[in-house]
Amino acid sequence: MDKYIEMIRIRFLMMLAYRTNYYTGILIYSINIGAYYFLWSAIYGEKDAIEGMSVIQMSTYVAVAWMARAFYFNNIDREMAAEIKEGKVAVELIRPYNYLGMKTMQGLGEGIFRLFFFSVPGMAIVSFIFPLQFSADWTTWLFFAVSILLSFLINTQINLLTGITTFFLYNNTGLIRAKRVVIDLFSGLLIPISFFPVWAQDILRFLPFQGISYVPSMIFTNSFSNNEAIQAIIMQGVWVLILIMPIQVLWIIAKKQLIIQGG
Amino acid sequence: MNDAITVRNLKKEFKAYSSRSGLKGAFRDLLTRNYKIVPAVNNISFNVKQGEMVGYIGENGAGKSTTIKMLTGILTPTSGEVIVNGMNPHKDREKFVSTIGVVFGQRSQLWWDIAVQESFRLLKKVYKVTDEQYDSHMAHVIKTLDIEPLLDKPVRKLSLGQRMRCELAAALIHNPPLLFLDEPTIGLDVLVKLKIREFLKEINEKYNTTILLTTHDLSDIEALCERVVMLDDGKIIYDGTLKSLKEKWGEGKEIEFQFLEEVDLSDLNKITASSEVKWEKDDKEAIFTAFTEDNDELISLLIAKVVADLKVKDINIKETSTEEIIRNIYDRGIS
Repeated sequence: MDKYIEMIRIRFLMMLAYRTNYYTGILIYSINIGAYYFLWSAIYGEKDAIEGMSVIQMSTYVAVAWMARAFYFNNIDREMAAEIKEGKVAVELIRPYNYLGMKTMQGLGEGIFRLFFFSVPGMAIVSFIFPLQFSADWTTWLFFAVSILLSFLINTQINLLTGITTFFLYNNTGLIRAKRVVIDLFSGLLIPISFFPVWAQDILRFLPFQGISYVPSMIFTNSFSNNEAIQAIIMQGVWVLILIMPIQVLWIIAKKQLIIQGG
Repeated sequence: MNDAITVRNLKKEFKAYSSRSGLKGAFRDLLTRNYKIVPAVNNISFNVKQGEMVGYIGENGAGKSTTIKMLTGILTPTSGEVIVNGMNPHKDREKFVSTIGVVFGQRSQLWWDIAVQESFRLLKKVYKVTDEQYDSHMAHVIKTLDIEPLLDKPVRKLSLGQRMRCELAAALIHNPPLLFLDEPTIGLDVLVKLKIREFLKEINEKYNTTILLTTHDLSDIEALCERVVMLDDGKIIYDGTLKSLKEKWGEGKEIEFQFLEEVDLSDLNKITASSEVKWEKDDKEAIFTAFTEDNDELISLLIAKVVADLKVKDINIKETSTEEIIRNIYDRGIS
């Protein structure tokens, strides 16, 4: 376990090594939150509520969804693709650790870094500019914490899956991009799932994406009752378990037919 | 003594895809692709004893790196048996890799953006090295490789020679009994090369570390290895001491002559017609080289004949260098 914790530390150091990335990240997220805030204000117009959500709940939803994204989002699929394409994965395989586990830890290191140096200060700033509503109920915060950790796991697992496909496709830049758009849309980052047409909601219920952004954001804005929240968290947990299987299977196949590119 | 490496009938095949030509071909490639199965390593067997230093040589694409990757558990063999340090490399990968050290000359295993010592610290945790072990062993390694001043620099700011020394130190953090070096001296200057060679000799003596080395720089092999394994087209074509390779393949000697007067090849051939000598002319420097058997009397006879007839400016007797021997073998193949 020591080595995995050390990896988180290394990732912290790496994030600090690239400060510009960090600052531009803050800028991009602020612009996104601002844009969606104004978009939603325009859509609401004079109305008090749409689909049971008030304007304030909606702006909180948008802000939280983006701030949570800073925590669960990572580029380990792209990193894996690069490592496989350049043949660096050979070096990873001669180390006595689980490659996928290490990658997850790198993602977590990145996530924790962003949570403390990016999401929390960002959220404080945003709350001065836009009217947001924070829950005073500690159970909401607890549910939110558990939920966001699970969304990190689901998102990372999907990233791992996408990353592993590089072993078979050799170049999967397109797939990685498609995945990103699919997650942003179907996870409820851009539009809450409750705004989707009913048939789409029915389909999305059977997919893991809403566990990434929709669930934690709905919990944070108090749009879920306690019961609904618990159910949603259980669903997230189930998806984490389900996703382990295809990852393991693909990983075993990938290792068997691995070709190290570039000699 | 136990064998560090045992390889029996090892084989690795790759699918080599070929693209059809033209636009039409490209569209057909979308649906079905042509491929043939190419053996990169074809039925090789060898043993390496603990404490041996073995040079593993061959042309580009002969299958050296593929073999190393199978021995280190990165690639799964198509068939055959590999036992390294008493384990099957791709079965118990995590346990196995903590008993080996690997340096890929063309690939860095340090983290690019962070200081060298942070990489070392992570590797120390990864290999579960205790502080005492680390201090006693690594202090020495760091001193010998002279990398103390580099430790707080990020890897991307190091020169190739500096990085390579750090790579070597990183591969030795857990003091492995077996070390794989895949072209460790590629692109390094003479001084760094010498330092690395000295260091490898030292750890081999001190810890009885087995070293398997692939390189294109034969002076590395000459300096370090008593035994060479030569690979061509995925097959072992020579396995034995470097000395006997030289004796077997480098029988001839070369005698270089420079003359004061204009000389023709035919003149020389006439002079030495009685003995078996092959003459060659280097048209730039006007150096004539006689290739002959390694026989002292024959050589002195040859020189006597030439000197008697022509005015000589310079004579140089050379033994065939290892490089030349290897080149001959690559060119003609062994047989």
